[in-house]
Amino acid sequence: MHNIIQISYFIAAFLFIFGLKRMSSPLTARDGILWAGIGMLVASLITFFEPGMENYLLMTTAIFVGGIAAFWSGKKVAMTDMPQMIALYNGMGGGAAGAIAAVELLKGDFHSQTFLTLAVLGALIGSISFSGSMVAFAKLQGLIRRPMRFPGQQLFNIAVFLVAAGFGAVLVIRGEFTGSIILIFFAAALAYGMFMALPIGGADMPVVISLFNALTGLAVAFEGFVLNNAAMIIAGTVVGSAGTLLTQLMARAMNRSLGNVLFSSFGASGGAEESVEGSMKPIDAVDAGVMMAFAERVIIIPGYGMAVAQAQHKIFELMEMLLARGVDVKFAIHPVAGRMPGHMNVLLAEANVPYDRLYDLDEINAAFPQTDVALVIGANDVVNPSARTNPDSPIYGMPILNADQAKNVIVIKRGQGKGFSGVENALFFGDNTRMLYGDGQAMVGELIEAVKEF
Amino acid sequence: MIEGMTALYIFMLSAFTGYEIIGRVPVILHTPLMSGSNFVHGIVLVGAMVAMGHAHTTLELVIGFIGVALAAGNAVGGYVVTERMLEMFKSSKGSN
Repeated sequence: MHNIIQISYFIAAFLFIFGLKRMSSPLTARDGILWAGIGMLVASLITFFEPGMENYLLMTTAIFVGGIAAFWSGKKVAMTDMPQMIALYNGMGGGAAGAIAAVELLKGDFHSQTFLTLAVLGALIGSISFSGSMVAFAKLQGLIRRPMRFPGQQLFNIAVFLVAAGFGAVLVIRGEFTGSIILIFFAAALAYGMFMALPIGGADMPVVISLFNALTGLAVAFEGFVLNNAAMIIAGTVVGSAGTLLTQLMARAMNRSLGNVLFSSFGASGGAEESVEGSMKPIDAVDAGVMMAFAERVIIIPGYGMAVAQAQHKIFELMEMLLARGVDVKFAIHPVAGRMPGHMNVLLAEANVPYDRLYDLDEINAAFPQTDVALVIGANDVVNPSARTNPDSPIYGMPILNADQAKNVIVIKRGQGKGFSGVENALFFGDNTRMLYGDGQAMVGELIEAVKEF
Repeated sequence: MIEGMTALYIFMLSAFTGYEIIGRVPVILHTPLMSGSNFVHGIVLVGAMVAMGHAHTTLELVIGFIGVALAAGNAVGGYVVTERMLEMFKSSKGSN
């Protein structure tokens, strides 16, 4: 039986890597998740046959409780709310890694100091990932509205982390555990994850979720060493390194280092409030519609606001309408538009917008000067020209879409508020910019009506 | 039993594998792939089951129960969400 179990884990590890590989190309992505799913099924079913196990009834109950809750919530959630669900499920994985470590620490029989160290490290990372992901979930779900910041926050966070690391070290060095030390260790680790995520603004959430995803992978790998389970080691490490790379790619797209995302209070600086020349000039939907109907080239720039307003289907309709009139329509996708890398691509794909109309930042920026209308829907910081022109701006240096270079810019926006970074957007005050105030979906609907008229 | 050095080799090779898989991915697949890798670390379910299966005291059992439930949520939720996301890629391909 032992061999069958080991071979099953081997097959599972193979299927995970194979599945992820398939998922990395659009053509094979769909069966990729299926292969990985089979791997998971094989691994978890064979685990029931591990020798010396008890508590089967409770274990099955736990699987059903967690599985059904996740299945139901995953099926029910709207496509636009996917990012927070990933944060939520990721947090659960981190919590599970922490729970494994807690059980092992309570049992207290480790083969060597190395295993003990890995168990404690996994517990530390897993707990941070758990509470951090839960905060990320709460923020994206709108349960926590504002980034929470207070003076001396970084020092406070470092102190909390040192408490967690210190008690972790005590556990490793003493090699003998009392409940209270374990309790303080976990409490401090959980608190650190929470305080680490609280000050981070919504715009930086994709980077943070990706980081927590990588951390959970690492925690799973460490607990895999402790339990001597190769499938956990391999799957966890693969996710850990893949997630780290993805986090770097995302941070780079914002022209910021990871440290900068995590430790600088972005947009919180009270100093150097930007004064922007000019005023915001409103436009109504009919005029905006006419402008687009008689344009030659239109670029649509979607952002998080499009996701919130669920406007992607209306955008598709507008695109069809304009294409039928012979207008060239392109989509400009900023790498960090939305709350996840590729968030906009997923939403537009859901609305049937073909891939070949979506352009990356590098591909599209040269096209703006020849563009008649740039339609910005729910994007803000990613089109702020201050990133290019104003060295004092907190977002200075971040690559942006040069929408301001288009002949006309129409911005659909709910109100006059600032973006997630809290920075005033110079684009909105430009001479060639007109503001179309209102709900994204409703306004695009009115644009469609206007285009139909002419 | 995985020996110390073997474990280290597994760790290193797996790390490179993960790095290579993501390295050549188009931006449009970043979200599904992040979601997919989120599902893959749901393998923590296996560890949680083993830990719970060997629990003796009530406290160990309670923590083990929470661990298994969380891990099952990670695996099942991760799968459902990834599958739904990739589903859309299929439908949009047809319309091109």
